[in-house]
Amino acid sequence: MHIVVLLKAVPVVGTERLDPSAYVQRAQLEANGNDEYVLEKALKLTEANGGEVSLLSMGPPAALDALRKALAMGATRAYHVTDDAIAGSCIRATVAILAAALRKLEFDLLFVGADTSDGLGGVVAPALAARLGLPYLSYASEIEPLDGGVRVRRLSAAGYDVLEAPTPALVMGTQVLGEPRYPSLRGIMQARSKEVVTWSLADLGIEPPSVGESGATTRLTGSKAPPARSGAQVVRASPEESVTAVIDFLAARRLI
Amino acid sequence: MVTVWAVGEVADGKPSKLTLELATTARSLGGGETATLLVGEGAAAAAAEVAAFSTRVMVVETGAPGGPVAASMATRIAALVSQRSPDLLLIGATPDGKDVAGALVGLTDLPILVNGSGMTWEDGAPHVEMSTFGGRLVTRSTFTGSRGIILIRPSSVTAEQAQQTGEVEAIPLDAVDELPPVRVTDRVAKAGAAASIDDARVIVGGGRGVGDAQGFRLIQDLADALGGAVGATRAVVDAGWIAYGQQIGQTGKIVKPSLYLACGISGAIQHKVGVQTAGTIVAINKDPDAPIAEFADLLVVGDLFQIVPALTEAIQARRRGSS
Ligand SMILES: Cc1cc2nc3c(=O)[nH]c(=O)nc-3n(C[C@H](O)[C@H](O)[C@H](O)COP(=O)(O)OP(=O)(O)OC[C@H]3O[C@@H](n4cnc5c(N)ncnc54)[C@H](O)[C@@H]3O)c2cc1C
Ligand SMILES: Nc1ncnc2c1ncn2[C@@H]1O[C@H](COP(=O)(O)O)[C@@H](O)[C@H]1O
Repeated sequence: MHIVVLLKAVPVVGTERLDPSAYVQRAQLEANGNDEYVLEKALKLTEANGGEVSLLSMGPPAALDALRKALAMGATRAYHVTDDAIAGSCIRATVAILAAALRKLEFDLLFVGADTSDGLGGVVAPALAARLGLPYLSYASEIEPLDGGVRVRRLSAAGYDVLEAPTPALVMGTQVLGEPRYPSLRGIMQARSKEVVTWSLADLGIEPPSVGESGATTRLTGSKAPPARSGAQVVRASPEESVTAVIDFLAARRLI
Repeated sequence: MVTVWAVGEVADGKPSKLTLELATTARSLGGGETATLLVGEGAAAAAAEVAAFSTRVMVVETGAPGGPVAASMATRIAALVSQRSPDLLLIGATPDGKDVAGALVGLTDLPILVNGSGMTWEDGAPHVEMSTFGGRLVTRSTFTGSRGIILIRPSSVTAEQAQQTGEVEAIPLDAVDELPPVRVTDRVAKAGAAASIDDARVIVGGGRGVGDAQGFRLIQDLADALGGAVGATRAVVDAGWIAYGQQIGQTGKIVKPSLYLACGISGAIQHKVGVQTAGTIVAINKDPDAPIAEFADLLVVGDLFQIVPALTEAIQARRRGSS
């Protein structure tokens, strides 16, 4: 079984900022949290059933740190799409580039995260499935390989739906799949010699002007700090007085 | 003239609240041609209610789909988009909405703006506001061309009825290109599913400070007294005290209640991103230096086991007094 896991390197959560050209600054990067859940599940499935996990990431050279960590967790190899012309890519371009890279790979399952901490889009997975003609199973809380297929529990408002499809298929997963492991010391040592294949846009047959800043279909027109909260009013009192304070506060704001 | 379609969501023949919000947003834009599009099982039944909020309602009734809803919706919308070339599609930033929108990007190659929390119309173009970087920045974006898909979060606007009820057009749409097959082999409803936090006006959140699964009884009681829903942090969802559907934050849901009451929650950045646009945030925490102090409006320093039950009682008493 070969599972490809899409992993985006995102700015460390809590430190994100725009650079002078109004792109998200990509200096200090970490693996997108949601992608680590699907990676963990991919590792568990291949450990139990045999097979390999490949990582695919599109991003600047600094993304390599996040890929090395994922290799240290146990992935077999990584494909890194990197090219100066990629900076400023919109979602449409991201989908085109990732789809081109995926067409070069053969896999049984493609695992994608639910969304990214810097983009909060949650649309790359369904877009890739539609573009590549893969069955799409989303919001997975459980993933079970079948003979020639896959079964997934998709979280629903009421509980969950059980979905089945033939492979190759794309599965978008959630945190419910289980907490990602920490890399072991041995894993970290091994990761140093694992294969990282670097692809440029030319390797993927993509014309640079169609992506990145020049091909962008969306643009930022402004940014501002949100209206500041006035700072917390602090209550330190007996439980009874605290309750009265809360009631008065809520009543003043017409919330009760 | 600009054509704007709001794409609705229907469950059991009823439109979601977000559908009415999207219809309202579409109507308020650009003065162009606007419509609400309902696709799926029960679309026809939902049309009358949606018409009160729309200039026009386009209905594609499908009957029960064999696979996931989003796939059957997306292929039909893609077919309509290629027939009628609307400029803008407004879609809800919900799990199904994101699946539909993403599939449309794949099928039609339309550009997309995501995570919209508000929208204005300037110089003939939509400008979409989004809250990003854990609430530290609000950005505005637009399309470089004239067409695209916009994802809008629940509760970004208040739904308002139109002055005139819109006309309803039933669109027969057979034979559309299907996406690869995914079968739904079972639908499992869990007993006693909690009230949804998606569009709750009041949410009472519980964190590790609640102690154990049993402790959530206190949180539930307070939520009941306030007529609200119960939210939670990842720590307590991972611990199995409460279902993932109630989780607020980066890998849970992003919510926008009028009141968020956080009990025994430290306010980690991954939690904060899910609630920072709440109207009012009240925190009960025994640690005055917990990060939540930085974004709460009222911080009560104290033991939630003493304060929460007393607060519940006080609110119940107030309710009885006023009824
Ligand atoms: C990739 C990633 C994604 C994540 N996504 C999310 C997410 O979506 N949502 C989320 O919530 N977290 C998320 N987290 C986890 C997040 O970082 C925090 O670990 C989590 O929010 C902490 O939960 P907590 O506030 O319940 O627990 P803690 O941080 O342990 O805080 C408990 C608080 O309770 C207080 N307390 C204890 N006892 C009492 C008492 N008797 N009375 C009053 N106060 C008391 C303590 O002072 C403390 O402040 C994510 C983390 C990662 C790495
Ligand atoms: N640049 C990228 N490289 C690799 N995977 C990506 C990239 N962008 C998005 N993804 C994948 O798509 C998922 C959803 O991303 P998004 O739709 O941007 O929120 C992520 O969780 C990743 O698994």
